[in-house]
Amino acid sequence: MKNNRIILALKRFLDGDVSFEPKEKKVQQRRQTTHHETTVAERYVKWHDKNAYKVFRGFYIAASVVVATCIIGTLLFTVSYLPPYGQAENPANNEVTERYIEHAMEETGAVNIVAGVILDYRAFDTFGESCVLFVAACSVMMLLKKSKKGKREEMLEKYNPKRDPVVKSLAMVLVPFNLMLGIYVVLNGHLSPGGGFSGGAIMGASLILFSSAFGYRKVRTIITEKVVKVVTFVSLTFYAFAKGYSFFTGANHIHSIISPGTPGRIISAGLILPLNIAVGFVVTMTMYSFYALFTKEEI
Amino acid sequence: MPFIANFPFFCILITMFGGILTSMVNAKWAFRINTLVVSVTLVLNGALLLYLAENPQSFTFMMGHYPAPWGNEIRFGPLEVLMGTVFSFVTLCSLISGKKEIFHDVKSRNIHFFYIMINLLLSSLFALIYTNDLFTAYVFVEINTISACAIVMAKESGKTLSATLRYLVMSLLGSGLFLLSIVLIYDITGQLLMVPAHEAIVSIFAAGQYNVPLTVILGLICVGMAIKSALFPFHTWLSHAHGSATTASSAILSGLVLKGYIILLIKIIVRVFGIDIVLQLKAVNVLFVMAVLAMVIGSIDAIKERHIKRMIAYSSVAQMGYIYMGIGLGNIAGLVAACFHIIVHAITKPMLFSAAGGLASASGHKKDFASLKGAAYRNPIAAVGFLIGSLSMIGIPFFAGFAAKYYLSMAAMNMGLKMWIALAALAVSTVLNALYYIRVIAIIFSKTEGETVERRRNSATYNIAMIVFIIANVMLGLFYQPIMDIISTGMNLL
Repeated sequence: MKNNRIILALKRFLDGDVSFEPKEKKVQQRRQTTHHETTVAERYVKWHDKNAYKVFRGFYIAASVVVATCIIGTLLFTVSYLPPYGQAENPANNEVTERYIEHAMEETGAVNIVAGVILDYRAFDTFGESCVLFVAACSVMMLLKKSKKGKREEMLEKYNPKRDPVVKSLAMVLVPFNLMLGIYVVLNGHLSPGGGFSGGAIMGASLILFSSAFGYRKVRTIITEKVVKVVTFVSLTFYAFAKGYSFFTGANHIHSIISPGTPGRIISAGLILPLNIAVGFVVTMTMYSFYALFTKEEI
Repeated sequence: MPFIANFPFFCILITMFGGILTSMVNAKWAFRINTLVVSVTLVLNGALLLYLAENPQSFTFMMGHYPAPWGNEIRFGPLEVLMGTVFSFVTLCSLISGKKEIFHDVKSRNIHFFYIMINLLLSSLFALIYTNDLFTAYVFVEINTISACAIVMAKESGKTLSATLRYLVMSLLGSGLFLLSIVLIYDITGQLLMVPAHEAIVSIFAAGQYNVPLTVILGLICVGMAIKSALFPFHTWLSHAHGSATTASSAILSGLVLKGYIILLIKIIVRVFGIDIVLQLKAVNVLFVMAVLAMVIGSIDAIKERHIKRMIAYSSVAQMGYIYMGIGLGNIAGLVAACFHIIVHAITKPMLFSAAGGLASASGHKKDFASLKGAAYRNPIAAVGFLIGSLSMIGIPFFAGFAAKYYLSMAAMNMGLKMWIALAALAVSTVLNALYYIRVIAIIFSKTEGETVERRRNSATYNIAMIVFIIANVMLGLFYQPIMDIISTGMNLL
């Protein structure tokens, strides 16, 4: 039911129907006018009732094309004034990137400079990004989650995928390796390309593959709504407190107990490894819960 | 750096953690945690405001161990902290006055989600006010967009879903334009933090090498923020989103969410570009024209409306016009007047929404004018709140709105053609405001003959919040001078 309502709202929105008045009103008016002798004004009203929407729609489409073309033109015009791509003397190649490239390894302990930038130099932004995922997952849950328990089983049966042997045997081969790759990417985020976001996406993808091959019941033995909640909560809380400590010590010039360690070791780079793990968990859980919510309206 | 300078950072962290913690509890505890968190931020911001009023200065707070061009940073002076205090105060009052309606409108399994969204919305507003970093601003604009849409959608009905979709599309368009402008700024300056970016932009502008991209960047930022804060041609989403959401959401959306972006725009104009460069790039004139149109057309739309909450929402469009007119004047006095009007509107509009919610719930949760007839006798305290809020919005002397309009017109003096346009728009808009507010006051105070009045029993929290709102409005109208002093010192330190 709820899905239908959303789709209806979406359809009305896409049709440009902005009024919330019931449709019956217009129909009644039209009937009244047909029974009278028509004057010019009434004929105008009739024409208006019949065609105004069409005319408006045509105008709307034309106007949007013109506006979009203007914006595209302006932006392309701007691009021609920008510094050429990849030149050494570009403004973007300044002291900021210089310090990142030359000193990131000794300052953050991370061999992967990108991880050093996003989880140490600019860790506040990354905390914001993880919260964006959290907020997005919460709003999808708010909109789509089923309330009735009886319906839950019904939905599970209805949307349980057919056990296709091809998908099943492929998943048997792929899922373990995929999951391993995800874990590797997360754990080596500070040493090699990758990190929490990419590793989490790989793990989430393998969970989705697993659930579409073997059914939701199998996944529910490990991942239920409660698990998703708790894991997200613990990861974000850890991020908030760990980074809160780091921000506090940094701003007040207090000596921090977190040290970069020896670059290249698996246990090194201070907070980057644990933060990568936390972000990885958040991303995995968000990806899987999006998939589950959009297919069966439930985790 | 004194310990008290940590408070803005604590505010952001506490509200974010509050949101995360709320995901684990039930509705009742969600309300308690939320009230506690917002009260704590109010105390922290208030304490810091008192400190800064004594010793006006601007603090730069490193988020981590790395200084300006490398690490994240927040920066705050009296102006930002004043805004933070007002924002926590308004959130607290709107939430406790709208509690009953939240529990009535939102499905019980969704109430804790609603409070998660409120917490993260507040944290993103704090971050928008305090940040000194353009990309951090963008990240928190994203949080703000999603959570603002979610609190509209919390009251589930066809109307709110359709309104949310419109809001989401428009809002994402605004974010997209803002992101493009940040990308372009980074491309031509190589900086993301506001102060180094300002230095780079000043030298680029003096060299005259990148004037076309600079104009486009400023245009993109202005249009993006104008979409987000519902300036005239981009205001179409506002009346549906604010009119159909639950009362507390409408109050927070119109009182705070629109303002967060305006404060960000003022910071970008003053701190990143510098007012001289902005004047030479002529972007403020466009804002001025749109603002004047908004002041008139928003009011006309409000006159046409027969639904009390949508009427108040259209009134917001007109009030946004006032604020943008202050920015569009392009001088410091105009910006100061705009900031003062932000505070006036942030305190008055949530009160109007809460009062309208109270009047409507005394009339069987109906919000059209016919059902509201005589509602003042059914819910007197809400009616008093509505009366004072309307008088302030019209701009009657001794109410806050009057002071705001006075400062706006003073800022327009000696501006040549702009002065005449601004004064005329203020006069016309004031008359139009009076037309629609006085009509509603007449409706709610007119008694039907021979009808027995059934007085609605408000919850204690509603009464307290309403009384606090009324006191705050009257105080702001009578003693606006200290607030103006804080704003003008803050504007110099921005």
